[in-house]
Amino acid sequence: MTAPAPPPSSRTLTFLLDGDVVRLPDPTPTMTVLDYLRDTAGRCGTKEGCAEGDCGACTVVLGEFDGPDRPIRYEAINACIRFLPTLDGKALLTVESLQAPDGPLHPVQQALVDCHGSQCGFCTPGFVMSLFALYQSCEATDRASVLNALSGNLCRCTGYRPILDAALRMFDYPTPQRWSRADAQSSARHQQLEQIQRTEALRGNGFHAPLSVDELAERYAAEPNALLLAGGTDIGLWVTKQLRDLPPLLWLGEAKALQQMVCQDDQLIIGAGVTLSRAWPQIVAHYPTLAEQAERFASLPIRNSATLCGNLANGSPIGDALPVMLALDALLELRHDTATRYLPIDQFYLDYRRTALQPGEFIAAVHLPLPSAGEHLASYKVAKRFDQDISAVSATFLVLLEHHRVREVRLAFGGMAATARRASAAEAALRDQPWTLASIEAAQAALQQDFTPLSDLRASNAYRLQVATNLLLRFYLQTQGEDVSLPADPASIQGA
Amino acid sequence: MAAGKSYPHDSAALHVSGRALYCDDIPLPARTLHAAFGVSPIAHGLLHRLDLAPVLAMPGVIATAGPADIPGENNYGSAVHDDPIFAADRLEYAGQPLYAVAAETMAQARRAARAATLDLETLPAILDIRAALAAQHFVLPTERMQRGTPQQALAQAPRRLQGSVVLGGQDHFYLEGQIAIAIPQDDGGMLVHSSTQHPSEVQGIVAQALGLTASQVTVICRRMGGGFGGKETQPALVAAAAAVLAHKTGRPVKLRLDRDDDMVITGKRHDFLSDYDVGFDDTGRILALEVMLASRCGYSADLSGPINDRAVFHLDNAYFLEHVAVTSHRCKTHTVSNTAFRGFGGPQGMVVIEHLIDGIARDLGMDPLDVRRRNFYGVTDRNVTHYGQTVEDNVIHGLVDQLEHSSQYRARRCAVQAWNQSHAVIKRGIALTPVKFGISFTSTMFNQAGALLQIYTDGSVLLNHGGTEMGQGLQVKVAQIVATELGLPLTAIRVTATDTSKVPNTSATAASSGADLNGMAARAAAQTLRERLTAHACVRHGVSAESVHFQAGLVRMGAQSCSFAELVLDAYKARISLSAAGFYRTPKIHWDKSSWTGRPFYYFAYGAAVAEVAIDTLTGESTLLQVDILHDVGTSLNPAIDLGQIEGGFLQGVGWLTSEELCWNEQGSLRSHSPSTYKIPTARDWPARSVVALLEHSPNPEATVYRSKAVGEPPLMLGIAVLHALRDACAACGPAGAAIALEAPATPESLLRTITALARRHAV
Repeated sequence: MTAPAPPPSSRTLTFLLDGDVVRLPDPTPTMTVLDYLRDTAGRCGTKEGCAEGDCGACTVVLGEFDGPDRPIRYEAINACIRFLPTLDGKALLTVESLQAPDGPLHPVQQALVDCHGSQCGFCTPGFVMSLFALYQSCEATDRASVLNALSGNLCRCTGYRPILDAALRMFDYPTPQRWSRADAQSSARHQQLEQIQRTEALRGNGFHAPLSVDELAERYAAEPNALLLAGGTDIGLWVTKQLRDLPPLLWLGEAKALQQMVCQDDQLIIGAGVTLSRAWPQIVAHYPTLAEQAERFASLPIRNSATLCGNLANGSPIGDALPVMLALDALLELRHDTATRYLPIDQFYLDYRRTALQPGEFIAAVHLPLPSAGEHLASYKVAKRFDQDISAVSATFLVLLEHHRVREVRLAFGGMAATARRASAAEAALRDQPWTLASIEAAQAALQQDFTPLSDLRASNAYRLQVATNLLLRFYLQTQGEDVSLPADPASIQGA
Repeated sequence: MAAGKSYPHDSAALHVSGRALYCDDIPLPARTLHAAFGVSPIAHGLLHRLDLAPVLAMPGVIATAGPADIPGENNYGSAVHDDPIFAADRLEYAGQPLYAVAAETMAQARRAARAATLDLETLPAILDIRAALAAQHFVLPTERMQRGTPQQALAQAPRRLQGSVVLGGQDHFYLEGQIAIAIPQDDGGMLVHSSTQHPSEVQGIVAQALGLTASQVTVICRRMGGGFGGKETQPALVAAAAAVLAHKTGRPVKLRLDRDDDMVITGKRHDFLSDYDVGFDDTGRILALEVMLASRCGYSADLSGPINDRAVFHLDNAYFLEHVAVTSHRCKTHTVSNTAFRGFGGPQGMVVIEHLIDGIARDLGMDPLDVRRRNFYGVTDRNVTHYGQTVEDNVIHGLVDQLEHSSQYRARRCAVQAWNQSHAVIKRGIALTPVKFGISFTSTMFNQAGALLQIYTDGSVLLNHGGTEMGQGLQVKVAQIVATELGLPLTAIRVTATDTSKVPNTSATAASSGADLNGMAARAAAQTLRERLTAHACVRHGVSAESVHFQAGLVRMGAQSCSFAELVLDAYKARISLSAAGFYRTPKIHWDKSSWTGRPFYYFAYGAAVAEVAIDTLTGESTLLQVDILHDVGTSLNPAIDLGQIEGGFLQGVGWLTSEELCWNEQGSLRSHSPSTYKIPTARDWPARSVVALLEHSPNPEATVYRSKAVGEPPLMLGIAVLHALRDACAACGPAGAAIALEAPATPESLLRTITALARRHAV
């Protein structure tokens, strides 16, 4: 090994590409990783299929340093909407990374060839990288894990069957020399990544990535017109689709305190920098009935970039985390400069994409209460497609029953109004009533007063209202122990 | 021999390693400009003035091009010249290109393309089929064909049903968007890299637009990132605009549509509306049928004529229609001009007959499969199509019997019924639907192909033909054919980019014909070269032609043998030509459009699918639980490649009929123009249980290449089984015998609407 490199300078973006340290002084803040790869680095294996993180042709893998004693995290992300400076301190892997010049194909690649997993081949590099991330994460897999890993990859040719076969078979191949799981976690790779971790924030032309929450809060308060960037899975589209010029970016991904997730005082506290793929498993561990909502939230590559708090701050009426947090009665920890205040989430959304955040203020964390006895929680997403779709209606319901009476009730909906919000009339119809079908029917009737939804390309107003109404019935039936969900697989109904 | 084996796609290793070059990956010549279209914001109107000065003032902009910058003809329509490259005065759809801009970077071009000042007058727009029918607004004259005396037979039929079928369109959603790179040549010619299924058409249109001869324009396509019919006529627009800008600036120009522009600007599958009146007897046999088909063609003719013709041809699917009349309206709307899409109108015709057959079954309380069987074409009688072609190769009876048995259709139907009786919320459904699809371009002249085969003195072989590779595995199949003819390992054959300067006047790689036509042309070239080499071997070694065999890279001549390369070098020294062109034209076919009779198809491809679904009656969400497919590819050239076409085609058909919904707003702007708003199937939509098989021992009775059958389009229509399984599940929500008005795509909303209507009837 050569002598250790000097620590990264504050104006130079530093990351690893195929084990080489790439140093880019003053990178363009909104250049996407995809454009960098294709136009600057001349690596054209990574494709643009949609430029909005929805097709997966641009999938690459990021290796993230998680401390010297912890494994490097390899996660698939969408290069098309990820801004280049957010690669700082990480290892970037593309489809070209897996095979040494004149070396054999990686098992992921060879399995795809052997299973006839490519036809036109344009989506293939993205599938390779999603499967590569899966390969790095486990030693064997099953259909459910593969579907989760491929939730962000579209193929228009194959019908997916051969790709699914390849995913299940790739673990059967001999361990490759390059990018085996051992190689990916070797001490050399650890050291290399450790060497490019910073002690001083990356800050350049229009991009600043503070290393502490205090520095971030101070900076944002001083410059409230800056754009706070978390996962960037929406802001990326402002650039790629709307061709907007963005104000200076303040990236919160490097502020260590915001990366924390802790359980204390009957609360689960999730920091603003925590990605959805890290946050959801923790939430589901406490609230198992949220598992499907967690799996259906965008796609895995999006969840690997996007943050839970970003989804809440964005305030879109179809953000799927919003009804969940409204039903759980989450508390938002808001930070402005040195001041912190707490706001119940049902006071946060004022109007379409308008929130209670003051200039220079941001969500530092969300606090979720942990479940209590007698509580029933269910969450539903209704869309045209199971994976990676935007809800027509999203709903999360919580009731606390005591002696078969409704002590507490929160019925939260997305897609039904200009903001995600609770159904106060339907809640009132249930509160303190016996938990019976008759009460549900009363709540269903009251729900008609709660919402006047819009018609758009996802659904008509009539459909939205009908589904919202029916979901209350589903919730009731489920609390009565009835299995009323769609079977995923014929095996699950054979015995019936 | 190489043919018949499951070789991987010729580019598989390139695909998985990211080394396969698509147009967007080709290293660009110095000074290449990037282009973007400026488009109409309105569906219908007049353009009084177009001011491009603001566009030219944008950073990085080098040039703009509008109608006046086109030296030749401002048109990219092939059959009818009604598609302007840049609309000049009348705007006919929201998204129609008005001009293009070339800038130093793509980002600059895209920004500048939004900057023009338009002086517009909005006119009333006709946006859908109903409105066009009311206004009698057509792109092409209405066609009507009739056999027998349907009106009389309808009047006499013991039972009758009337109904309507509503069927949505489909975006191709090839993962690689439309793209072309135009590079000016030193002699005034133009070299174009185009992602196209039809290089010769791109060549012709570019020549026409630039006022050049065809010989001055070369079009090259190594591979496409998907086509599905969407790159048959549409690439000419992109290539022509790039060429006009390249011509004007003297610099290479790359024009790549981003996803949204691609979906807004380029054509899609035709949506259809159909009204039918069918007469039948108590056994479910159809006695008479009167059908109106109307499709949304968009603003221009494009391929709408033959697409709608094919819908009429495939109205029979696998069923004998003794007395039938079809009226086919080709509606003009102020929306994007719809175009070829896998199946080319055939799927739409088939959905109509399957819909009404299902209706007959429900009306009679029969299993729909029994009604289907009751109407299958006979093998020796009841075997003439409504357009007068005798079905000579009918395998549907045995195929369906086999699938019914292997899928345990009857037992599973009982299980589904038992489930539905005991479950109120989740309902299940099952269906078996057949496919019979006619193979050949219905326009007889297109059924021809050429190939160019070259052997070098080291024995290596270079293969070129007119077919294009869009992922379907055409190149590997044709290479397998050549390897078989020359007795060489597949690795000895190198396939090359499709290139109009190598094989001229080619047809589109379309109509499932790629391997049938180009495989035969390449085979002819290989046979020519083999004969030359054989003749040389006879002279050289004093053996008879019958004793010369090309096998495993060797040439055996009785007791003697030499390597292929040795014989080739020897033939070269003897001044034998080692390059040959091959040509093929499909025999037997003819078609008289005026009488709607003839033999438009060389043969038919068959298949059938059993689908089982579950639906959630509270939300209309559904899931595909299992599919069983049996498909006829004749004697397969490459079973793995054919299986890939079957599975991929099936799921694409499922997407069309379930989750893929095109939405326009009231002003006629497409709202579903990206994958966030237009939902093609994902990996999860492939069912957890699937059994897909090729029909065995079923050589094509016609003398196709090694008795294989075309496989590109037919499997798409296997997806109709899913629509019918969903109908079956809906039926469980209403009273027995109730008509099911399920519109496609069967989105959750469409399903819930159907279920709700049925449940109301149940309650009454």
